[in-house]
Amino acid sequence: MMDWQAFTLTLRLAAATTVILLAMAVPLAAWLVLGRGRWLAWIEAVAALPLVLPPTVLGFFLLVLLGPRTAFGRGIAALLGHPLAFSFAGLVVGSVIYSLPFAVQPLVAGFAAVEPELLDAARVLGAGRVRIVGAILLPLARRSVLTAAVLSFLHTVGEFGVVLMLGGDIPGSTRTLSILLYNQVENFDYAAANRTAAVLVVCSVIALGAIYLGNRPRGGRPA
Amino acid sequence: MLWARFIWAIAREEADLLELNVEMRRGGFHLRVECRLASEWTVVFGPSGAGKSTLLRLLAGLDRPDRGQIALDDHVLTDTGAGVFLPAGKRKTVLVAQHPALFPHLSVTANVAFGLKHLSQDERAARVRGMLELVDAEALVEREPRSLSGGEAQRVALARALAVEPRLLLLDEPFAALDGPASDELLQRLLPWLRAKNVQAVMVTHDATDAYATRAEVALLREGRLAAMGPASTALSEERNRILGRLESS
Repeated sequence: MMDWQAFTLTLRLAAATTVILLAMAVPLAAWLVLGRGRWLAWIEAVAALPLVLPPTVLGFFLLVLLGPRTAFGRGIAALLGHPLAFSFAGLVVGSVIYSLPFAVQPLVAGFAAVEPELLDAARVLGAGRVRIVGAILLPLARRSVLTAAVLSFLHTVGEFGVVLMLGGDIPGSTRTLSILLYNQVENFDYAAANRTAAVLVVCSVIALGAIYLGNRPRGGRPA
Repeated sequence: MLWARFIWAIAREEADLLELNVEMRRGGFHLRVECRLASEWTVVFGPSGAGKSTLLRLLAGLDRPDRGQIALDDHVLTDTGAGVFLPAGKRKTVLVAQHPALFPHLSVTANVAFGLKHLSQDERAARVRGMLELVDAEALVEREPRSLSGGEAQRVALARALAVEPRLLLLDEPFAALDGPASDELLQRLLPWLRAKNVQAVMVTHDATDAYATRAEVALLREGRLAAMGPASTALSEERNRILGRLESS
C-alpha cells in the first residue's frame, strides 16, 4: 500500500521550497549579474556552498542553530510557539538553504547570457533595476527560470540527509518519501521500498522531461 | 527682425551646451578629453580604438569616468569631485549604437514604446506612430525584431531612442547597416526634427564622409586625446588630404 501521507508531504515540501526559492533566487541572481564589485564573488561562493557541503553537515548546523541551544533558535521558538527543528516549517527552511544553488546557478547563467547591449538600451531608456529584471531578464531567460524551478523541486523531493538531521521521522510532519524509503529498506520490506523508489524515479523523469521539452526548439534541434 | 534673429541665435548658443572634462583609464588605454560642444550636430571622428565609444558611454551615464565633470545646459550630469552621477535614463540622453539592440521578445511597437511608460495609452500609440514615420519605418509596426533587416532594425532603434524626446542624442555609427543614399536620406529627415525639438546630437564615426554629410562641428579624436576641433574643412584637413592623395595616386 502506498503511503499517500508521505507522498503529499513531499510534494508540499517541494512546492513550498520551490516558490520561496524562486522569490529569493531571482533578485539574488540579478544582483550577482547586474552588480559590480569583486566582493560579489564571495556572495556567489556562499550561495554555492550547499552544493559541496555534505547534507548531514548542513542539517546538523541547522539543527543546532534552530534548536534551543542558540539565542536565534530560542527567539524563533518564542515567536512561533514551537521550535523550528522537527517541524514542517523547519524542513522548508532547511530545503530552501540546501537547494539554493540549484535555483541560483541556472538563473545566473541565464541572466548572464542576455546581451549586455540590451541592458544598456533598457537603462538608457529609463528602466530601473526592477524593470530590467521583470521586462528584460526574466522573459529572455524564461528557460533558465523553468530549469531553476524544476531542479529546486526535484532536489527537494530527493533530499535525505538534511531532512533526517533536522526533521527526524514524524509521520505527516517530516516523514518524506526518501525517509520512508530508508525505513522500508531497514525493515526489509523490499516490495514497498520498490514502489516508493519507483515513485521517486517517475517524478524525476517527468520533471526533467518537462525541462528538455521546454528547451527543445519546435521541429527538433538545428543541425 | 535681424536683431531678433541675432538675439535668438545667442540664446540658442548658450542653451545648447555640452561641457565635458573627463579622464578615464582602462588597462593600457587612457582617455582624456576636455571640450565644449555648442553645435547642434557634432561629429566625433577618429580611427577605431581612439576612445569614441568610451566617450559616448561616459556621456550616456553607462560608465563613470575616473575623474571629471559633464554638464548639459548647466545641469551637472557627472562630477566625480562632488560625488554627482546621474545614472543612464535620468539625464535626458539616449544612445543609439551600431548594434540596434532591439528587445527580441517584444514587437517593433513595444520596442519603440519601451521608454514611454509615463504616457497614457493613446499618447503612447501616437508617439510610436510618429517616430516610426520620422525614420520611414511605419510599415514595420507589427513586425518582430528577428524578421527585420539590419537597416530596418537600426531605423527602429533610432525611433525607440527619439521617442523619449531626449535633449542629447548620442549616435555610435548607427547607420552602418544603411547604404550611403539611405543614410543621407535618413539624416535629412532627422535634422529638421532635431532642430524643432531642440535636440543636440553627437555622432561618432570613423567614416570621413559622415563628417562632411552635415555642416557639423567636428571633433577629431586620436588615442584618447582631442587632436582638433572645428568645422569639417579645418578639423579634417589632414584626413581630407590623405584621401585626396590616395585618389590621385590611384
